[in-house]
Amino acid sequence: MGTLLQVKDLRTEFHTQDGVVHAVNGVTFHVDEGETLGLVGESGCGKSVSVLSVMRLIPQPPGKIPAGEVMFQGRDLLKVDDEEIRSVRGNKIAMVFQDPMTSLNPVLTINTQISESLELHLGMTKEQARKRAIELLKMVGIPEAEGRIDDYPHQFSGGMRQRVMIAMALSCSPQLLIADEPTTALDVTIQAQIIDIVKRLKRELGMAIIWITHDLGIIAGLADRINVMYAGFVIESASNKEIFANPLHPYTLGLLGSIPRLDAALKSKLTPIEGLPPDLIEMPKGCPFYDRCRHRTEKCANENPPLDLGAVRHWVACWNWQDVQKARSKQ
Amino acid sequence: MADTAQDQSLVQVKGLKKYFPITQGIIFQRKVADVKAVDGLDFEIRKGETLGLVGESGCGKSTTGRAILQLYRPSAGDVFFKGKDLVKLQGEELRKMRRHMQMIFQDPYASLNPRMTVGDIIGEPLEVHNIAKGKEKKERVQELLQIVGLNPYFVNRYPHEFSGGQRQRIGVARALAVNPDFIVCDEPISALDVSIQAQIINLLEELQEKFHLTYLFIAHDLSVVRHISDRVAVMYLGKIVELTDRNALYKSPLHPYTKALMSAVPIPDPVIEEKRERIILVGDVPSPVRPPSGCHFHTRCPIVMDVCKKDDPAFRDVGGDHWVACHAV
Repeated sequence: MGTLLQVKDLRTEFHTQDGVVHAVNGVTFHVDEGETLGLVGESGCGKSVSVLSVMRLIPQPPGKIPAGEVMFQGRDLLKVDDEEIRSVRGNKIAMVFQDPMTSLNPVLTINTQISESLELHLGMTKEQARKRAIELLKMVGIPEAEGRIDDYPHQFSGGMRQRVMIAMALSCSPQLLIADEPTTALDVTIQAQIIDIVKRLKRELGMAIIWITHDLGIIAGLADRINVMYAGFVIESASNKEIFANPLHPYTLGLLGSIPRLDAALKSKLTPIEGLPPDLIEMPKGCPFYDRCRHRTEKCANENPPLDLGAVRHWVACWNWQDVQKARSKQ
Repeated sequence: MADTAQDQSLVQVKGLKKYFPITQGIIFQRKVADVKAVDGLDFEIRKGETLGLVGESGCGKSTTGRAILQLYRPSAGDVFFKGKDLVKLQGEELRKMRRHMQMIFQDPYASLNPRMTVGDIIGEPLEVHNIAKGKEKKERVQELLQIVGLNPYFVNRYPHEFSGGQRQRIGVARALAVNPDFIVCDEPISALDVSIQAQIINLLEELQEKFHLTYLFIAHDLSVVRHISDRVAVMYLGKIVELTDRNALYKSPLHPYTKALMSAVPIPDPVIEEKRERIILVGDVPSPVRPPSGCHFHTRCPIVMDVCKKDDPAFRDVGGDHWVACHAV
């Protein structure tokens, strides 16, 4: 499979009154055709900002993208003009946002909102667009789609609205779907419904997905490959199974140890990651995880480790990953 | 939990109901309907245990917690705490009982007054209940900060100077200030980041052991509830559908809703996720204004029978202290 999207050394910063917030600090990743890439990390780690930068949806100012390259179908999306990026956005790359309550326009009907991109990107007439919109609603499992197409967003529940968002995103058959925490605002039983739909649609339509989440459980059931992010860096990258079976970065290991699991034997104590993530305005000189790390050495305080090959097709940004691996196998 | 002292009940809830009226009209408001947030609950909370209360948003779990503490006065039913019926208490008598029961709130950003210093926030309950004043109060506040793992020198700082996890620790310190027996923890970790959640869970467990606390732990995350609870109650649309010992519930859930809820929780292991069979419920939770007839779950139940549409199943012990409300069990 060929590479669909290649992001190289992307940097995004925000110029605020308090100083420059370094949200994304040189991130390199790719998405192959038809694969699901998971971006995992906690709030403020730069996962949303990196994909918003890819889509050129960062408000400038205060935002700024001082460096980087986003190659998509032979073009650098950071360099193309506004008209060209608009022809990509919502058409070839579509996005589903976290909060289905606020990402739909409350004063427009569902039909108007889905038809908009069909008319704009595919040049359909109103009639054609309406027909296609009904098909799309059926595809995402909305019952009595013909009767509901002229409803307004407030007449739908949270889960239903998220289905409408997915229908909108898929309206132009995108090659890449970016899903930014699409189930975080939903209850678990509704979350299971949405994940089920996305999995089915991916099988049927064959698009690639970037799925952003902080929930390791969701990503374990969805992704082909996973990038773990921390303080604006990708700190570990490998296949789904490899990350869970052989985590090499102390932060990834810490995340796995700090969540209780429904299926595992009960532990008397959870092992939290002590401390807090670094201040993105005053970034530390060395490794961003230094303060919270159990395996830190002097080198870590002064030099930030690059993302390097640790195991087969497994990249990690840690000077001491071999120690981490040894310590883990002893446990 | 074979210890007999732990089998004593601390809180008994009988027939608890909380309806919120929906009114129409501006000057002459008339009641047109009720939101039946909590619709008849019977259970007890035993001394020294953690009772987990799980369910989806809008099922009435937070309302239950608040109705027990009399932050909402129940529409019907009784809540016995240390032998006294809180529902019948008024004014000063109720205020005195509040000393023994406290609450930790969900949102650490909204539950601390931004214009008060940490010292004032934690010290306020000490003054309100005439426990300590002046120098004594200051010492107690510093002691409390230390207990929850914060630097005692933070007393003069304001909430905005702290991170979410630290703020939640302040909320815990405030609840502990009056030496309560019983604390309602209303989703205390769901606003926090994953790596911080474990810090607060461990803190709550340590404090329980140290001060012999009893918790009602309200949460929507089944994995967290399993970790922290001794017994677990599952709520759906204003009713408890299943209540039993933590191990029994997770090993052999009996109610179809509990089964579906558990199968919906993702497990962070790709090998297991690949093989898992999910029970996917159709549709959404119905409105609590017009709950379905009979069993509230019958509209989404995968094993629904005719009787479920007519009769509300009784909440009964099916053996081994395992309580279920389902016709099929």
